[in-house]
Amino acid sequence: MARMATTQRVVISTIGAWFFGFLIFFPILWMVLASFKTELEAFAIPPSFLFFHWTTENYATVQERSDYFHHAMNSIIIAGGSTLIALLIAIPAAWSMAFSPTKRTKDILLWMLSTKMMPPVGVLVPIYLIFKTFGLLDSRIGLVFILCLGNLPIVIWMLFTYFKEIPRDILEAARMDGATIGRELIYVLTPMAIPGLASTMLLNLILAWNEAFWTLNLTTSNAAPLTTFIASYSSPEGLFWAKLSAASTLAIAPILVLGWFSQKQLVRGLTFGAVK
Amino acid sequence: MATRQTQFLARSLLTPAVGLLFVWMIVPLALTIYFSTLHYSLLDPGSEAFVGLENFRYFLTDPAFLASLQNTLVLVGSVLALTILLGIPLALLMDQPVIGRNFVRLMVIAPFFVMPTVSALVWKNLLMHPVSGLFAWLAKLVGATPIDWFNDVPLFAVILIVAWQWLPFATLILLTALQSLDEEQKEAAEMDGASAVSTFIYITLPHLARPITVVILIETIFLLTVFAEIFVTTGGGPGLQTTNIAFLIYSQALIQFDVGSASAGGLVAVVIANIVAFFLVRIVGRNLEA
Repeated sequence: MARMATTQRVVISTIGAWFFGFLIFFPILWMVLASFKTELEAFAIPPSFLFFHWTTENYATVQERSDYFHHAMNSIIIAGGSTLIALLIAIPAAWSMAFSPTKRTKDILLWMLSTKMMPPVGVLVPIYLIFKTFGLLDSRIGLVFILCLGNLPIVIWMLFTYFKEIPRDILEAARMDGATIGRELIYVLTPMAIPGLASTMLLNLILAWNEAFWTLNLTTSNAAPLTTFIASYSSPEGLFWAKLSAASTLAIAPILVLGWFSQKQLVRGLTFGAVK
Repeated sequence: MATRQTQFLARSLLTPAVGLLFVWMIVPLALTIYFSTLHYSLLDPGSEAFVGLENFRYFLTDPAFLASLQNTLVLVGSVLALTILLGIPLALLMDQPVIGRNFVRLMVIAPFFVMPTVSALVWKNLLMHPVSGLFAWLAKLVGATPIDWFNDVPLFAVILIVAWQWLPFATLILLTALQSLDEEQKEAAEMDGASAVSTFIYITLPHLARPITVVILIETIFLLTVFAEIFVTTGGGPGLQTTNIAFLIYSQALIQFDVGSASAGGLVAVVIANIVAFFLVRIVGRNLEA
């Protein structure tokens, strides 16, 4: 029996929730608005909220002057590449631990989790020197590798918790019917695992897209993804708020959409299944 | 029905992941330990020499270390306090019958998906700028003097930005936990005449104990190494006012090129993170058995 919600209670909580929700979202909205202003208006006091001269010139300028798409492409390659490789390595591992667990499986899982706890700054020096030695500084391949390894524990964990939920009986039934492991994998497991795979992929894309320790430290221009590109606006010479806002809006828009799709799985992924 | 063959298969599927993670963990860590015992400056190549624990003595007695340790603790503690103390009421509010709850949820979760460099620069320029920022304009509206955030209260400014990024995470986890709370239990309490406050203290809060612990531990792991937000706003300054341990190590390694001392600092950071990780792994591990 659901509790009866009185009208008054609904009104008050609705107003409250919308108010605080709007407050939290406001900096993003304000940034999007600023991206459509001229530089003068973006800087003006008192600020104009809606009644300003709407323009899209900042978006054009950002691309012309700083080759935005080059950096966006880097972000796509680095986030996408590291996610794909991580999945390729993680799927077999998670499958094996979920369906043929041994008495060491739990220890292995926890050990994998503990590698994620290592603060990146603790290994900054050796990674930087290794990259320098092998000419990987400011290269996309180097970053793909680092981000892939950095997120691998989360990917394995998420996949493991999803695979775990696939009912065993179905596998038994398939085996009884004489399905080989290969067929079992393709016809029984894969269709059931696709939702879990999709949300793991989404979350990992988001994490890799927004990663801002290794990208800032290991890239400068050629391989610089959007995180590094945006950071270049922090230099004090000249204030380009409208352009900063336009570049930022473009940088976060795709991931915001992906994030909104994956928000239900987010809790589970980021808490390693500890909160569902 | 694990036959020998499937066991072999299972192991060979697991090996690449375990092997890679093992190398990823061991090689850089071993190098960090090795470098930490050397006098090793990139500005003075070829002069590497074994100096034992000298780097640790230097790093740990450096006044910058104490300052940055303090900043790290203040930053982590304040952000944790803000995200949880604001996250609980926010989650409770969103758990109420709200019209358009899904949309509110989208607005609340959004900051979490914004890359750190964007959040930091948007807050620093569009909101916190002492002359043309929105906060300055609001302050003038009510007749107050605008705050020069990054000069007067730089660490607090960084704390606000980071708390804004992590509030959605805390809220979402607490909300998820609230939604799994047994409605009947709350109803029974209400029928027995329990007030909203005592229902909250005796039923809701104990139910939230575990998710709160999880939030604290996971946030701590990420907050200990906050970097990008400091990198693009203050560069650790003014002075050392916003230098945390992560930023201190970065500046020793890549600005002063002192590999030995930065490595020693890196190990200190690893030890601190491991203390937190120990508890988190135990909590997650307990959950694995259930």
